[in-house]
Amino acid sequence: MPQILEKRELAPRTHYFRVKVPLIARHAQPGQFIILRVHERGERIPLTIADSDRQSGTITLIVQEIGATTRQLAMLRTGDEIRDILGPLGTPSEIEKFGTVVLLGGGFGIAAIHPIAKALRNADNTIVSIIGARTRDLIIMEDEMRAASHDLVIMTDDGSYGRKGLVIEPLKEMIESGRRVDRVVAIGPLPMMRAVAELTRPYGIKTVASLNPVMVDGTGMCGGCRVAVGDSTKFACVDGPEFDAHLVDFNELSARTQMYRDFEKTHMCRIEERLQQLESAQGVAGQ
Amino acid sequence: MTISPQDRMKISRHPMPARDPEVRIRCFEEVALGYDEHTAREEAMRCLQCKRPYCVEGCPVSIDIPAFLREVVAGNIDKAAAIIKKTNSLPSICGRVCPQETQCEERCVLAKKGKPVAIGALERFVADYDRQFGLTKQQVNVRPSGKKVAVVGSGPAGLTAAGTLAQMGHSVTVFEALHEPGGVLVYGIPEFRLPKEIVREEVSSLLDLGVEFNLNVLIGRTLTIDELLGDGYSAVFLAPGAGVPQFMGIPGENLNGVSSANEFLTRVNLMKAFLFPEYDTPVYCGKRVAVIGGGNTAMDAARTALRLGPEKVYIVYRRSEKEMPARREEIEHAKEEGIEFLCLTAPVAYLSDSRGWVTEMECIRMELSEPDESGRRRPVPVEGSNFRIPVDTVIVAIGAKTNDLIVKATGGLSVAKKGYLLVDPQTQMTSRPGIFAGGDIAGGEATVIAAMGQGRVAAQSIDRYVRER
Repeated sequence: MPQILEKRELAPRTHYFRVKVPLIARHAQPGQFIILRVHERGERIPLTIADSDRQSGTITLIVQEIGATTRQLAMLRTGDEIRDILGPLGTPSEIEKFGTVVLLGGGFGIAAIHPIAKALRNADNTIVSIIGARTRDLIIMEDEMRAASHDLVIMTDDGSYGRKGLVIEPLKEMIESGRRVDRVVAIGPLPMMRAVAELTRPYGIKTVASLNPVMVDGTGMCGGCRVAVGDSTKFACVDGPEFDAHLVDFNELSARTQMYRDFEKTHMCRIEERLQQLESAQGVAGQ
Repeated sequence: MTISPQDRMKISRHPMPARDPEVRIRCFEEVALGYDEHTAREEAMRCLQCKRPYCVEGCPVSIDIPAFLREVVAGNIDKAAAIIKKTNSLPSICGRVCPQETQCEERCVLAKKGKPVAIGALERFVADYDRQFGLTKQQVNVRPSGKKVAVVGSGPAGLTAAGTLAQMGHSVTVFEALHEPGGVLVYGIPEFRLPKEIVREEVSSLLDLGVEFNLNVLIGRTLTIDELLGDGYSAVFLAPGAGVPQFMGIPGENLNGVSSANEFLTRVNLMKAFLFPEYDTPVYCGKRVAVIGGGNTAMDAARTALRLGPEKVYIVYRRSEKEMPARREEIEHAKEEGIEFLCLTAPVAYLSDSRGWVTEMECIRMELSEPDESGRRRPVPVEGSNFRIPVDTVIVAIGAKTNDLIVKATGGLSVAKKGYLLVDPQTQMTSRPGIFAGGDIAGGEATVIAAMGQGRVAAQSIDRYVRER
């Protein structure tokens, strides 16, 4: 079973994991993801590969505690093992020389933007990255993003760090001031990606969004992750996860992400109980 | 004891004992209960021991049916099991999921005037008895060949090829994308039709033969076929399964509450969503369920849904019941359990509430015209016959398309129509020497037994191929 070589907290409820999976590390490309299962009774969930290193055979995962599985994953520590990891999955990002590329990362979407920024920079693009979060504590991977970008703009909703406002604002200013933008990549909450798509649409700037719908197997077999893109229905796990943001039906996608929301909510309560028991047991054992 | 043909023909077919419908729709326990020893013997006596046994011709793996039935009558279940296992390595599974009525039993001479010998039920009896008492044990009787063979996928075709190759002395590694081996046997076919314990036992008997299972490896992504060939594997058998589920392309198919049968069944079978919240994976099943399609997968989905407690489950099929590709027994069981069949009916759109959840299904009546290329009469819509049914759950079970992942990641593989891998039917070899294929990827969706037959043929030609090199 894959072992966790390093785990630390990046921000409240956001964790960094470096996991030993040599075959995945050898093949991983920017834009790809893995599916994991924490334990024998666990659910399969997709997570973006935030970084990979062939030499050490490791990949980096950034995990935000938002559901039952990520909550249980966050309980694991350095040295623990993760039951199953499958990957790398999905079609890799298109990496070529486009010119000036603006990358927008919202919240823990910053983790997904990072490998793409690195690869695009290596392909001789001018990289402008705009990363943002609700507040200062939630800005992750600032140093890594700075290293991967020519220009890095930081935004917070509350103005506690960087500029106050949404990530879309600097992009809007760039476009309106006539600065050349050849391509935009946006990864973050659905409303943010939708807003970016609407901003760039009238200017005809090619805009890519990375989608994270409900998945089960991640290999194309179940079709749970289907998304309407233009006139056709695509499977995010094999055709994506990146799509032309101007063609994605965000309304439908946002409704589809609600399909299991009620199950998740009730399940979270149970998981919390389970974990609190576990935590108190660990606390007793540690004394 | 001798018994005349006249007396044999006087015995009537013994029905398969089944759990009471009222009981079984509230649980996932196996529905068909199997024969006891006495019933099996009585049923086997019905066989006329034809000089030219047509039943054997009807069997995709040519089991010597009269011979094994003779041994059942004589009480030699171990010999009966050995005869079956000569050509069928997964008889407990085939006895449960083969469509016998279109194979061996259809060709039985008794079927001309009355009911055929219950060959499937007898195969199951022998195989279960064999497993229960450990009568036959598969073993490797030959010297190791020193050759490594990779098997991609652990469904019926992959498991059969792996077992056959291991018995031939090769060192076999199976690569499986999911976290559990078995393919469609674990994610698709429900517990109440094929207990997963049986699949686990079959897998563990392969482990005993020295077969290695490498789970969580998606060939084409985690590893490529060329890497396998460069890593000492002399041949590769590709059996990754059917691929991606098909949808009809009608309005509303992406609404909440609409899913593919693959997703629905995978959640319940592989992820054990019927045990949620003890298991973390949920499955949505509302009060009024429509399953679209008439194959085994549709029956499985409908009967699985029923066990999750809705008020109403429909099967919606565009042809008539006669044309349904599902096994007869599954259709009967579905009806006994209270599933309503809406035949000659096709959905044309799904309607929703303001939050994007399906609330209604618009259908059109169909009528049958001339036979099409499948030999079945083609359904055509009856103009103006549209009607609506309230539903909150729709499960689409109309088949699959090929997943092109392996073809894209591997050079030199020729593809036939619809993306299936082109293989030589004599050898199952693809257009690239050393790469063989079988199961759904090599010919469209078929049965467990057809996939196993191809796995066996492939194993034989792989054996020849690696020894010649």
